[in-house]
Amino acid sequence: MPTVSMTVNGKAVSGEVESRTLLVQFIREHLELTGTHVGCDTSQCGACVVHVNGEVAKSCTMLAVQAEGANVTTIEGLANGDDLHPMQEAFRNNHGLQCGFCTPGMVMTAVDLANKNKNPSEQQIREGLEGNICRCTGYHNIVKSVAEGARNMGG
Amino acid sequence: MPDGATNTGIGASVKRVEDKRFLTGKGNYVDDINRPGQTYAYILRSPHAHAKINSIDTSAAKSASGVVAVFTGEDMQVGSIPCGWQVDSADGTPMREPGHPALAQGKVRYVGDQVAIVIADTLDQAKDAAEKINVDYTPLKAVVDLRDALADTTLVHDEIETNISYDWAIGDKAEVDAVFDGAAHVTKMDIVNNRLIPNAMEPRAAIGDFDRASGEYTLYTTTQNPHVIRLLMGAFVLSIPEHKLRVVAPDVGGGFGSKIFHYAEEAITTWAAGQIARPIKWTAERSESFITDAHGRDHLSHAELALDANGKFLGLRVETAANMGAYLSTFASAVPTYLHATLLAGVYTTPVIYCNIKAVFTNTVPVDAYRGAGRPEASYLLERLVDRAARETGLDQVDIRRRNFIPSDAFPYQTPVALAYDSGDYEATLSSALKLAEVDGFAARKAEAAGRGKKRGLGYSTYIEACGVAPSAVAGALGARAGLYESAEVRVHPTGSVTVFTGSHSHGQGHETTFAQLVSDQLGIPIENVDISHGDTGKVQFGMGTYGSRSLAVGGEAIVKATDKIISKAKKIAAHVLEASAEDIEFAGGNFTVAGTDRSMAFGEVALTAYVPHNFPHEELEPGLDETAFYDPANFTFPGGCHICEVEVDPDTGTVEVVSFTAVDDVGRVINPMIVEGQVHGGVAQGIGQALLEGCSYDEDGQLLTGSFMDYAMPRAHNLPSFKVATEETLCAHNSLGVKGCGEVGAIGSPPAVINAVVDALADMGVTDVAMPATPQTVWRAIQTAKS
Amino acid sequence: MKFPAFKYLRPSSVAEAAAQLAEHGDDARLLAGGQTLMPVLAMRLAEPEVLIDLGRIENLRGIALEDDALRLGAMTRYVDLERSALVAEHAPLITRALPYVAHVAIRNRGTIGGSVALADPAAEMPACMLALGAEIELTSTEGNRWIAAEDYFLGLYETAREDTEILTAIRIPLAPERRVGFYEVARRHGDYALAGAAAVGDVEDGRIQGLRVAMFGCDDLPVLAKTAAKAAETGVLDGAWLEADVSPTSNINGEAHIRLAQARVAFRRAVTDLLGVSNG
Repeated sequence: MPTVSMTVNGKAVSGEVESRTLLVQFIREHLELTGTHVGCDTSQCGACVVHVNGEVAKSCTMLAVQAEGANVTTIEGLANGDDLHPMQEAFRNNHGLQCGFCTPGMVMTAVDLANKNKNPSEQQIREGLEGNICRCTGYHNIVKSVAEGARNMGG
Repeated sequence: MPDGATNTGIGASVKRVEDKRFLTGKGNYVDDINRPGQTYAYILRSPHAHAKINSIDTSAAKSASGVVAVFTGEDMQVGSIPCGWQVDSADGTPMREPGHPALAQGKVRYVGDQVAIVIADTLDQAKDAAEKINVDYTPLKAVVDLRDALADTTLVHDEIETNISYDWAIGDKAEVDAVFDGAAHVTKMDIVNNRLIPNAMEPRAAIGDFDRASGEYTLYTTTQNPHVIRLLMGAFVLSIPEHKLRVVAPDVGGGFGSKIFHYAEEAITTWAAGQIARPIKWTAERSESFITDAHGRDHLSHAELALDANGKFLGLRVETAANMGAYLSTFASAVPTYLHATLLAGVYTTPVIYCNIKAVFTNTVPVDAYRGAGRPEASYLLERLVDRAARETGLDQVDIRRRNFIPSDAFPYQTPVALAYDSGDYEATLSSALKLAEVDGFAARKAEAAGRGKKRGLGYSTYIEACGVAPSAVAGALGARAGLYESAEVRVHPTGSVTVFTGSHSHGQGHETTFAQLVSDQLGIPIENVDISHGDTGKVQFGMGTYGSRSLAVGGEAIVKATDKIISKAKKIAAHVLEASAEDIEFAGGNFTVAGTDRSMAFGEVALTAYVPHNFPHEELEPGLDETAFYDPANFTFPGGCHICEVEVDPDTGTVEVVSFTAVDDVGRVINPMIVEGQVHGGVAQGIGQALLEGCSYDEDGQLLTGSFMDYAMPRAHNLPSFKVATEETLCAHNSLGVKGCGEVGAIGSPPAVINAVVDALADMGVTDVAMPATPQTVWRAIQTAKS
Repeated sequence: MKFPAFKYLRPSSVAEAAAQLAEHGDDARLLAGGQTLMPVLAMRLAEPEVLIDLGRIENLRGIALEDDALRLGAMTRYVDLERSALVAEHAPLITRALPYVAHVAIRNRGTIGGSVALADPAAEMPACMLALGAEIELTSTEGNRWIAAEDYFLGLYETAREDTEILTAIRIPLAPERRVGFYEVARRHGDYALAGAAAVGDVEDGRIQGLRVAMFGCDDLPVLAKTAAKAAETGVLDGAWLEADVSPTSNINGEAHIRLAQARVAFRRAVTDLLGVSNG
């Protein structure tokens, strides 16, 4: 079995995986970081979104071996100890989550969006969230959360 | 009465206590759980909608690498998966309820029906081995379309000799027919309520576990009601007594009804865990969810509304065929009858109503409750019919509704279809929505849109629903096979912190916050001192679970009752210590005070006295401070309101855009406005999804054509506007909190508002109806049909 | 979501990849960005024995300006094209169409070569290649060849690429004065199009010349609407002759006549867009 090495949330990790092992399986099953979720099998829902080398990627659409040497950030890598990341705080403050299942992917996408655009319009936020499906919130409060989170990340 | 000091009381938008774990990836969903020695299951499913199983050869799979066991229906001889409601035909014929095996017994009846379970050390091995199972099928003709099924030429279940489970009716047909004969105007419509796939974002999962030493089974499962699963699976399917079966529903990633039901995989993994004495984990892949989660809606109706010359409704008659799918799922039989037909009065004074329901088997996934369950079908039918009646009679859309509203001074109001509404003010929600939606400026907006080549339309829905299910005696009379109360235990710890055990499971609704607000408010203690425990039959005394917007109106009331008992006992303890009579003790702000004095004990001191009973009224009371209550509601609750949708249609492509959506709902007293608004947003989004995007489609052989998120279109952020949401309160008259329920109003009220808006936009082109989902091709077709 | 087992190869050069492909032939699949292949494997709709990952072949990436063409390495990601000033200047049709391709996370991984190799009839990039008159480079152990996009797309997911060939690069001829137009009808933004049109052409004195309109989502393959484009050059902009060019069939997205009507709208709006948007 191939060995794969990468950096996850700032820590060097490696493990033996099958070629067919997906990045999300490596994260959930080998590293036991279960915050990253699997909500579909067609790369549509975005529950599995993580950052790979600073950009959003769907970890269900990437083999673990493809992430060899990469720098990966998952939802567990955002908060600083007990202090929530400004985007996490904004989701809490605006009721941007209900069941919590899409939330990790949604937050990771939102952080990336805000990194690229400090002051996104509602339209830009809605377009930027196209790769993430939420069934609970109707997106209303997620859009508010992302706007506030982006402001607070910039400030 | 928002709590000014801490701002955590009733009426305050308290931030959710559950959020931190979800936001940091620390949620604990079933698939996140791993048990020592765990194996993995893959379930082999039928590729045919209808077929006879001649033989199953599992030998190659059994000897494949890593495989622990393979079981088929021949191995798993257990009870049938039960339906929770018995609905008999109008002529007295008992509901036809064919066997519903967990693993197929000689026949498969829908694509996705369970055929075998393969258990291996890893999931890859289980899935690889499943490919080595050879099932010899004789495919049979499938019956997929409701109309075809009604003809009874192809039968889903040979043994019942028909596809009709029941042919039920409510109302006096002769009386209604007579009213129609004398009516000034009759509006007639054929109405389809499109079949939906719930698609909670967390796929279903189950872990079966068996402890050989104690003989105890544990099932971790994605359910909205762990005690109900324990009851149905333990008592009916696997014959495991309750004290040997624990069901745990940890964090659950959305349900919307689809996780109420007892599913085969729960029984299969639990049973098989006993066979191999190792834990077994099964997690649905999304493509598997599409063909196994119970679908929703799927009604075919013909409806007629009789009006007098003044636009007053005289009578309503409805014939509905409701698709049950291949088997009767847990709530399925109640949905088109008690949750649909009984809502057909809506918010109107229609004096006589007749409704006939035929529940029909087809070779498709079982159909059951999905957010709103029956009530969206009723509101859609009624509000489309009212919209059409207004257009036919030349009445204004708002005017025709006002002419027929049940007036606010008419409550309690007995409808002709069994329900008695306790409170409501439909004019209040309507007039509030008219303002919020800025209806006065619509004509100008329509003209502006026309300049851009767009057709703009405005659609209304004034709806009602019944929730807070349910008074057990009423439900029992209607065929429910269980009580529908809720239970709560309020356990005060010796130093005054509190754990509340509730049977209402939370899977997104924020119970851990709202319930804590209730108890904190009632006991006058900080919200941080209250924990809410739910979802584990090993911890929670009993519960009927979360569905039908019942958590606050039923579960919350049980908590209030248990807390009342705590206060009552605590007063007696305080009276003893303070050397006063219990009647003289006043409880406020977390302190027990002798009336008219400054002699007082804090709640925590009373708690400590209860557990360290050195100075305690032993002759009168037992030590401890821990109370349980069961609450059985006196009636359903009746939230209602007005939804107004504004759309723009591109007449060249048929594309519809929702440009504005307003919802003003009366959900009774609001405990946490932030959470209530969130529930409305989510419900409206699902309603707009039903109206514009979502439609489950099968081919004639029973293969699902919309089996992925690419083909089954759910709303994305870009497909929805920000919503305008407000509430108008009339209090529920029969519970102490005055609450009605808010989980389903969005999904119930919104679809007719959207379609009425699309029809309004295209009315001047001659369009009178557009089917759901109003996709570009459907709208385009409607325009072309109107033109020709 | 469990993939079938396969052998994973990660060549570091095109020559090595071509040799591996020659060796394994039919049993191998090439992995580019994986945004389509991964879901296909997840559902076990394909079970290749060997997966050849092109992701570590550095010279398959990149955007370069040549004398008479813009050269796109096959493994250039959508996101790189989206951000590229060279693409915006010399192939603005691509810049215009990219926001319609799925969504951010997918555009961060998906590649132009992967999309053109797959040749989904409803995808935006194959149609853009056709409209732009792009040339496609195919490489095998025998060497390389260039083929015009018009000769490359043959049918439903069928192209001129042989099993032993790797799509290695795309060249887009430079045409500085050319204008572009784009329109698609979709249920939801980011979905595959119900009907779409990608147009390039020159405008002189309000008249369109040299118009090329590639239709997507309305036939088994991306199609150049030659008849309708000729008519548009004479001022008939509404796609009246489109049925001579595309033959939509009835499917889950609607009956043939509806799909044709939507294709007409896409054609007309793409051409109108072209008339209004300068190539600057």
